[in-house]
Amino acid sequence: MMAFEMPKETTDSRIREVTLGTTDVKVGGENVMPFCLFEGEMPNRPLIAVEVYDDNPQEWSPVVAQPLADVLADPVAWARKAQDEWGADIIALRLRSTDPKGDDNSPEEAAQTVKAVAEAVDIPVIVYGPEDVDKDGDVLKAAAIAAEGKNVVLGPAMEDNYKTIGAAALGYKQTVAAKTPIDVNLAKQLNILLSNLGVDTGKIIVDPTTGALGYGLEYTYSVMERLKLAALQQDDTMTQMPLMADVGVESWKAKEAKFPAADEPAWGDENKRGVMWEIITATTLLVAGADIVIMRHPDAIKTVREVIDNLMG
Amino acid sequence: MALSGLDIFKMLPKTNCGECKLPTCLAFAMKLAGGQAKLDDCPYVSDEAREALAEASAPPIRGVTVGTGDKEFLTGEELVLFRHEKRFVNPAAIGVMLSDAMPDDEIEAKVQEAGKDSWERIGQQLEVKLLAVKCESGDAGKFKDVLAKVKGASDLAMMPMTEDPAVMSAALEVVGDDNPLLYCATEANLDEMGALAKEKGLPLVLKGTDIHTLAALSEKAMEMDLADLVLDPGTRNLKDTLESLIGIRRGALNSKFKPFGFPSIALPCEETDDLFFEGALASIYIAKYAGIVVTSSPEPWLQYPLQVEIQNIYTDPQKPMAVDSEFYEIGSPGPDSPVLVTTNFSLTYFIVSGEIEASKVDAWLGIVDSEGQSVLTAWAAGKFVPDIIAKFINTSGIADKVEHRKLIIPGYVAQISGELDEELPDWEVLIGPREAADLSTYLRQYVSAS
Repeated sequence: MMAFEMPKETTDSRIREVTLGTTDVKVGGENVMPFCLFEGEMPNRPLIAVEVYDDNPQEWSPVVAQPLADVLADPVAWARKAQDEWGADIIALRLRSTDPKGDDNSPEEAAQTVKAVAEAVDIPVIVYGPEDVDKDGDVLKAAAIAAEGKNVVLGPAMEDNYKTIGAAALGYKQTVAAKTPIDVNLAKQLNILLSNLGVDTGKIIVDPTTGALGYGLEYTYSVMERLKLAALQQDDTMTQMPLMADVGVESWKAKEAKFPAADEPAWGDENKRGVMWEIITATTLLVAGADIVIMRHPDAIKTVREVIDNLMG
Repeated sequence: MALSGLDIFKMLPKTNCGECKLPTCLAFAMKLAGGQAKLDDCPYVSDEAREALAEASAPPIRGVTVGTGDKEFLTGEELVLFRHEKRFVNPAAIGVMLSDAMPDDEIEAKVQEAGKDSWERIGQQLEVKLLAVKCESGDAGKFKDVLAKVKGASDLAMMPMTEDPAVMSAALEVVGDDNPLLYCATEANLDEMGALAKEKGLPLVLKGTDIHTLAALSEKAMEMDLADLVLDPGTRNLKDTLESLIGIRRGALNSKFKPFGFPSIALPCEETDDLFFEGALASIYIAKYAGIVVTSSPEPWLQYPLQVEIQNIYTDPQKPMAVDSEFYEIGSPGPDSPVLVTTNFSLTYFIVSGEIEASKVDAWLGIVDSEGQSVLTAWAAGKFVPDIIAKFINTSGIADKVEHRKLIIPGYVAQISGELDEELPDWEVLIGPREAADLSTYLRQYVSAS
């Protein structure tokens, strides 16, 4: 009889442990591929960041807008509800009101919201700009000033504006989310550029760009696996940053998540389908290596929390 | 043990006849060692060598076929732990759980709904592939009746479930000719259940109580010369099931542990009563190596997302998925509707068509064959260039469908507009936005301006 012995992959390499906020919340630190706790450790559980918008989103599917109806117009109430009722680990505040293609609010106005939200909750805050290369620099600099002392995560820092955003993070002691378009080498390169700028490698989170279920999920999946393997098996220090998946915003763009069953009867009940779309995007990227998942629908958040609870056991 | 290319080469005829479509026996040996060729491609290999090589070149995870005819499916034959290393091969098969303790109308409704769980997406048919029928009544007669009813209403592959060999034997009077997957052999019934599977030549699930008892059970089954096996670690919680599925795959591929050289099965339907959570479990088992995943409900809101995940995860990373080259109607376009072109990379198509849909502007979207590449890559590779786009427009018949002659091209290839104007003298080339996200604004302006 051959007894089976579990083949174990052990390593001296680790993902960097990054501190978020000011209350000792940490992310990363693992020395194993996702949830392989039989051969190593994940000292910090993967975290759920809950999206909060500052522009009272109007175009959302009722499936996701309805459960948020009472807070959509009030980012502070939204953030408190996410923390108190849905158990958010992090608030991901999106300053979409500053988008030049939309309301085009000033950085100073948005900074007021950053300050109010950061003071209203006890959990760490991620601040994302409108993802406009030029405006993001101004908006995130104002946000960095407004949130001084809060150690928020500023992003997305991209190839064309990492200097401005990196400098703002350095100047006001914030953390940076570095975003690159689904490519291992580009992700690594941006980490190198940021650290050359003086940003501590322990204050960088990598956002490798998220493809939702049906919309490039497999690309993000493999990029995350490859970044984790390079970090752990090849001890590549410039890939050892915790990974973040932007699940909510991408999942709810998919027509399969929001089309009513009346239009697409073969896809079934849209109330549950959209939630399932977000859940699967999150769970699949968690097993690929996401250390933070940014999410939107309260039911999807609840289920993904249960998944993480069970996996960390 | 796997043989190296050189080991294999020594056993080949060394005539370099080329009938295997490779120039030399050495090249063929290298391909065999890499799992990219089949021994049968060589017509001259000796019986002796064939036996030695078949053993060594057998895939590390056996392929197991379940069902018959159009609805049979193949599971197993996987070669890697991470999809980017090569690809995942045989898409996970989703099953739906039924029981002989369910009321007749519930069984009927579920069978019918499972049969309708079929969707075309990017040229692939995605569907539920298996009906699992559990004997909970303990009554062989009742079980046979239900199996007969299910069989009469569906041609999907079946998995009769009982640990009582006498009940399984009775079940096979009904479904024995349909190549069902027998569920299951355990330590307690392996001798009889194994004999039944062997006699009828049917695939059999082995169910352990953990990965170690499963290893022992599989070894015994192999000693009985059972070959078409599927492995259920018997764990019924996420943490242990995930660990077992990883252990089985690593055992087969990294440790060459023969008892784990078979596809695996997971039953999230037995791990929770909450359908969202069940869907989450199923999604993890799909990504992490289960060949068959049995769920409790055929409802499309659960099944369709899981099928799309399978399609994503099992896509060949070397071959981008492409949609057919033709004009697609977005909404209900008419003779005045805008005409756009882009490339046939499936993601490009999905994102562009999604943004046009969101704009509520009816439009004609022309998809040019760019060998599955995105706009900039295709342009750089000479696959999305004026003569190819012009040829597509001229042969597509779009000129008969619209009265205007305005063609919108992606902003990223603005530089080709002059040359494209020359290739298409009847058409006015307009430069659209660079990013699909800006299409909505662009199209609304286009419509209000015309």
